[in-house]
Amino acid sequence: MPTIYIDNKAFEVKAGKNLLEACLSLGLDLPYFCWHPAMGSVGACRQCAVKVFKDEEDTRGRIVMSCMESVKDGLRLSVNDKTATTFRSQVIEWLMTNHPHDCPVCDEGGCCHLQDVTVMTGHNYRRYEYKKRTYTNQYLGPLVNHEMNRCIQCYRCVRYYRDYAGGKDLNVFSAHNHVYFGREKDGVLQSPFSGNLVEVCPTGVFTDKTLKEHYTRKWDLTNAPAVCQHCSLGCNVIAGERYGQLRNIVNRYNSEVNGYFLCDKGRFGYEFVNSENRVTQPLIRKRQSEAVNRATLMQHMSTLLSGHTLIGIGSPRASLESNYALMDLVGKENFYQGIPDDLVYIEQKIVDILLSGAIHTPSLKEIEQADAVLILGEDIWNTAPVMALAVRQSVMKTAATHTTEQVAIPLWHDMAVRELVQDAKGFLANMTVTASPLDEISASTMRAAPDDLARLGFAIAHILNPSLPEVPDATDAVRTQAMNISRALQQAKHPVIITGTSCWNNALVRAAFDIAAALDLTEKRAGLAFVMQDCNSLGLAMMRSSSFEKAITSAERSSNVTAIILENDLYRSVPAGQADAFFSSCKNVVVLDTLHNRTTERADVLIPAATFAEADGTFVNNEARAQCSSQVFMPANSEVRESFKWLSEIRSLKTTAGNGHEKHPDEILQALESKFPQFKGISRSAPPHDFRFHGARIPRESHRYSGRTAMQANIDVSEPKPLQDDDSPLSYTMEGYRGPAPSPLIPFFWAPGWNSGQSVNKFQLETGGSLKGGEPGVRLAEQTGVTPVFSRDIPDAFTARQDKWLLLPQYHLFGSGELSVYTEGIASQSPAPYISLSRHDAERAGLKEGDIVTVKSDGKAYSLPLSIHGSLPDGIMLVPAGLRGMDSWSWGGWVNISTVKV
Amino acid sequence: MFSEEKLNKVKEIIARYPQGKQKSALIPVLHLAQEEFGGWLSSETMDYVASLLQITSIEVYEVATFYSMFNLQPVGKHVFEVCQTGPCMLRGSDQIIDYIKKKLDIGVGETTKDGLFTLKTVECLGACGYAPMMQLGKHYREHLTPEKVDAIIEECRAKAN
Repeated sequence: MPTIYIDNKAFEVKAGKNLLEACLSLGLDLPYFCWHPAMGSVGACRQCAVKVFKDEEDTRGRIVMSCMESVKDGLRLSVNDKTATTFRSQVIEWLMTNHPHDCPVCDEGGCCHLQDVTVMTGHNYRRYEYKKRTYTNQYLGPLVNHEMNRCIQCYRCVRYYRDYAGGKDLNVFSAHNHVYFGREKDGVLQSPFSGNLVEVCPTGVFTDKTLKEHYTRKWDLTNAPAVCQHCSLGCNVIAGERYGQLRNIVNRYNSEVNGYFLCDKGRFGYEFVNSENRVTQPLIRKRQSEAVNRATLMQHMSTLLSGHTLIGIGSPRASLESNYALMDLVGKENFYQGIPDDLVYIEQKIVDILLSGAIHTPSLKEIEQADAVLILGEDIWNTAPVMALAVRQSVMKTAATHTTEQVAIPLWHDMAVRELVQDAKGFLANMTVTASPLDEISASTMRAAPDDLARLGFAIAHILNPSLPEVPDATDAVRTQAMNISRALQQAKHPVIITGTSCWNNALVRAAFDIAAALDLTEKRAGLAFVMQDCNSLGLAMMRSSSFEKAITSAERSSNVTAIILENDLYRSVPAGQADAFFSSCKNVVVLDTLHNRTTERADVLIPAATFAEADGTFVNNEARAQCSSQVFMPANSEVRESFKWLSEIRSLKTTAGNGHEKHPDEILQALESKFPQFKGISRSAPPHDFRFHGARIPRESHRYSGRTAMQANIDVSEPKPLQDDDSPLSYTMEGYRGPAPSPLIPFFWAPGWNSGQSVNKFQLETGGSLKGGEPGVRLAEQTGVTPVFSRDIPDAFTARQDKWLLLPQYHLFGSGELSVYTEGIASQSPAPYISLSRHDAERAGLKEGDIVTVKSDGKAYSLPLSIHGSLPDGIMLVPAGLRGMDSWSWGGWVNISTVKV
Repeated sequence: MFSEEKLNKVKEIIARYPQGKQKSALIPVLHLAQEEFGGWLSSETMDYVASLLQITSIEVYEVATFYSMFNLQPVGKHVFEVCQTGPCMLRGSDQIIDYIKKKLDIGVGETTKDGLFTLKTVECLGACGYAPMMQLGKHYREHLTPEKVDAIIEECRAKAN
């Protein structure tokens, strides 16, 4: 490790870094704008100037930009040198000549990187007395607000949007004093990662438009570390509340999972928590007064429990605690996953693979660092957006690493590296049913039916490991493509294979496993990543319960059935016919959920459940990482409770021993791991509820939180007692331990002098590295070196049938999501329902774009307009999955078109 | 739309660059378009150039807005591009600009009613030794004084008649 001297003190620093990274990693306060740990340096803003000295004798030194200078052994520099500090404050002064003095009305105020740096440099009196240049702002869509006057021309936005995220519709125009960052004209930003501009921009040019609707300063929010609910990746987020409303979501850095960035669905899809459609009161239907209080509800529940057969339907979007509490209430044999047989089968396959220890499943960070990626069947752009962003980094960075190995340019030197790399790219093969935005960075693509994609996978596996069976009747095209892909995978050191459940095809999972396992035998560390459908799909699947079809059979066999459905709209999870069949064989239906939906309409008893923001809960993401999501606020309405609390209370009705103590979430996790060895270690995913620092809790509120004594004065002039949180070490106060919290309990990033999100530097071991104390969460599946058992079972080639189509779901990043569409800006970008066929199929059937086509799925007829799909293989019908109000169809089944209306 | 002759010229320019790098031809093609379509680049013209080079319009706007040599609004027959960077300013470019404004009764970026003159201010044109200076068409006019400006204006008017 090189030693450098900063202001005459010796420090050991990591080689290969630049001086700015070295200084920040050492915990020094050195201002910067354009450098970003995920995007490297360009030396544009001139803010991180330091003085470098030739040797010990040199007293004059020279000013350099620390972000553009490599660490060298024996290098001497000064951060506090008078010339350097003056230089930095002068840079701020000239930036300020055009920056408006609108901090009091700017959304960024209080979490503004520019404010922090201005204070840090000590520039506080403006000498510029002339007119400031002004711009016209643009409409950038319903999610991101644009206010160009605040711009300081650091170029971070375009570097992020274009270079990092691959967006095309944001750019920089004009020169010198007129530089303008925006679109070519008003319009919705096209990239689904546009929300990160809010955090990437060091000032208030790009701000969160959803927050604007119920604006609160960062210091006034009650925050907690939460886990995103909108896909299976489990991105870490910080959720903020004020006045009983969830106000915003910002990124919570986790170097292994989401790093610095979220997708727009995760960042903006939180409004469901504040929805008017929330279930707020326990209801017992068909009574004179349906809304009841807790006591009446419990009384009624005890009658429903005695003498009834209980059936519990779990949920892939409810926490493990809630699912386990339901299982504990109804008994393991009566607990069912609320998802269809086909999906349970595939998910079980995935759980078996992960828990077998035969293969390594990579984190998102490892996917970013992969040097060859094969996507088999999964449309990750729509089903796991941040994984698509990680794959993009792998493609771009592999090329950069290859190129910079030949020349002495450090990887952080962004502009130089890009100049050198030009159009070179790492290897990505995107083998999916339809075209995807990832295709443009793919070396190899294929559009085919899931079975054919699986056959390609098996063909690759056979080339990698000739002892595996050859794919019968493979076409020459498939053979060539398999050969090319296997060659690229063989050349890689860390190849990653990605597949998932969205094609509803188990052969894909098996083929992906065979490829990864075959690669593993060749002494490389191959990774196999799975994409699941919901935020806790893997957690529920790991409980290894039966499918919904089994629940129907069981309900039909028994009489007097009381079904308890946990946070699961069955009409979205299983075909409507099956949901109807189930309800008709149940005597009583008890539903716990957060929002009214078609399943809650069928409930005889409806119990209001807390959303993720109002609940503690543990979710297992796609890499089997169990992560704790903490309660952000307690609902003012005491009838809204965490499902596991309701279920534990109902459970206590069954025992004559009376009410034992209410179980804390960590105790439920302990019970879970003692009963199921596959969850071993899960109770370590977050510190227990009684964890304290010298007796103190960790406050959810900043020390600047305002109005505590007055904000409820309209109700009572005396200051209310702070709410007590018995379930976690976090408190609902401003007081408590302010030192470094264990990483799963960091409620927000703040450090003295660093009010903006950039303060995360102070929480990391090194810039862009791990959080101090390790990343939150516990991985439940690690590779153990077990010999893999290959699948060998190759499906027949897909053949289109006469007048019948294979029904597959098309997921939409904006639209396919039960909860995210409650955000108006997401709903407005969601497509209208449609039925898609290939051009050839449509022509053959004599159908035109827009024709109303009626299709029967699982006994129900659906009429939707036809949308002709350019890249869809023949023989497949594509229908958007999970749009608001749309039933789940029998995905993976065969359907025919019954009628057509032109 | 370019004439066939100009289209061939565009093809020739594109052919100078490697396959797939046709974006590199952007600046010469924009110059050609500006010459061809009335001395300035309308957004329609820029979109047309984008379609010729098979790139997105936003990529053309990015470049065209950067350079002061491209006019994004209609201009007069003679464009005075007066340098206002440091050395020229020290040698009196401010006074020259003011003089032209008063003489032609237009502001910076404006065109005279008769459509003859446009006044623009630009950054360094690399002729600091001859400050103050301006560019007129393809030529530099150097060591400007009010008298020289008068002469230049007369010269332009004479040409127009």
